[in-house]
Amino acid sequence: MGQKMLLNATEVNIILHRLACQLIEKHTDFANTVLIGIQPRGKFLAERLTKILKEDYKIKHVKLGLLDITFFRDDFRRGEKPLEANTTEINFLVEDKNIVFIDDVLYTGRSIRSALTAIQSFGRPKEIELLTLIDRRFSRHLPIQPDYRGRQVDAINNEKVKVNWLENEGEDAVYLISN
Amino acid sequence: MSELSVNHLLGIKYLNKKDIELIFETADHFKEVINRPIKKVPSLRDITIANLFFENSTRTKLSFELAEKRLSADVINFSASQSSVKKGETLIDTVNNILSMKVDMVVMRHPNPGASVFLSQHVDASIINAGDGAHEHPTQALLDSYSIRERLGEVKGKNVVIVGDILHSRVALSNIYALKLQGANVMVCGPKTLLPKHIDKLGVKVETNLQKALNWCDVANMLRVQNERMDISYFPSTREYTQQFGVNKALLDSLDKEITIMHPGPINRGVEITSDVADSKQAIILDQVQNGVAVRMAVIYLLASKIKQ
Repeated sequence: MGQKMLLNATEVNIILHRLACQLIEKHTDFANTVLIGIQPRGKFLAERLTKILKEDYKIKHVKLGLLDITFFRDDFRRGEKPLEANTTEINFLVEDKNIVFIDDVLYTGRSIRSALTAIQSFGRPKEIELLTLIDRRFSRHLPIQPDYRGRQVDAINNEKVKVNWLENEGEDAVYLISN
Repeated sequence: MSELSVNHLLGIKYLNKKDIELIFETADHFKEVINRPIKKVPSLRDITIANLFFENSTRTKLSFELAEKRLSADVINFSASQSSVKKGETLIDTVNNILSMKVDMVVMRHPNPGASVFLSQHVDASIINAGDGAHEHPTQALLDSYSIRERLGEVKGKNVVIVGDILHSRVALSNIYALKLQGANVMVCGPKTLLPKHIDKLGVKVETNLQKALNWCDVANMLRVQNERMDISYFPSTREYTQQFGVNKALLDSLDKEITIMHPGPINRGVEITSDVADSKQAIILDQVQNGVAVRMAVIYLLASKIKQ
């Protein structure tokens, strides 16, 4: 099993700041915008971006929610392993809000499809955008594309893109793992 | 994530501690789901569930039906009083007829102990026991433990007394199994005639004095006197039962601590529990009902995930 580093800590940091700036360009003061991290891995990226927006760009009110999509997935009873649920923390209504979905890697697009259904349980948003750190090209099963992307990666199907976070894995880095 | 060790929920007796923990963790997620503005998830879109109630039920049937619908399963209902059972059809024939309509899961309440175990050996569907005679009522015991865990943080080490008609109660037996499995201390309390002989063999304390039992416990689970299952008189009068084994406000105030009061319903107000106690802060009776939906969603979801495509 080989692994190749795609992004190191400095590169990840530069990309996070660029993404934060792109968000500000569109949403200015985030008055009517909420960030939604897609569980489980989108949580780290969403929390990090929120921190950057608040601390480095002095945006006072950034609303952050976490959405679990387990019960909305389209592969229930189809996999080897049972699906494991995570917590959903959305303590606000999303009615008429601009939502930015945040996930670390966009691959087949099926998670985002599930998230689009899941978020409807919390109201009818005005608009939904998608931000991903890594966009795996040529691997989509559904017509879903990111509005904000950190880096495009060409990976073949048996390869895996793994995003590590300082809070969780002890380092900021992105790896391409091949079996 | 681990999965349940069983393919059916026939009784708590067949579960292990890990199963109960898994059910509770899953129920936590569903409790969040049922408090959303839109309380429904699409997980079980392709599952059909038959609710077979060969015995009357209001709460359990509604709770199961709601749990199934919140998971987007297709639901068919069947009550013995309106069916061909009255015309002499056997249980297996009835169920096989229903299964030939492509049903994946059966929730069954039946007056005969062991009916769901028997069924699981003869038909090809996942079976959930919603009460079989005086034997087990596993989902009730699970939601009771879940409610204790929610109120007191954990079940382990807690003193729980089950008061009333233990002899005719499937809730009592399932609760004893569930509580023991989670490391709680269990006591049963009631008139001697309504305590089964040798119940102490299950590892529970036996007490006939309610005051002593309440002084010992953290939680009191008050059961209804099941007059419909009594063919003889087990105590002189309802009034005398209430005097000896009914919980009232004065009795609770005389204790040196605040205990939690539970009741699986339906309540006979003024018999085993007075209205002011049933409606007090100490009672978690309505929490139990709400938790019942979340726990049943968890059980159905976990069993459905084991049904082969």
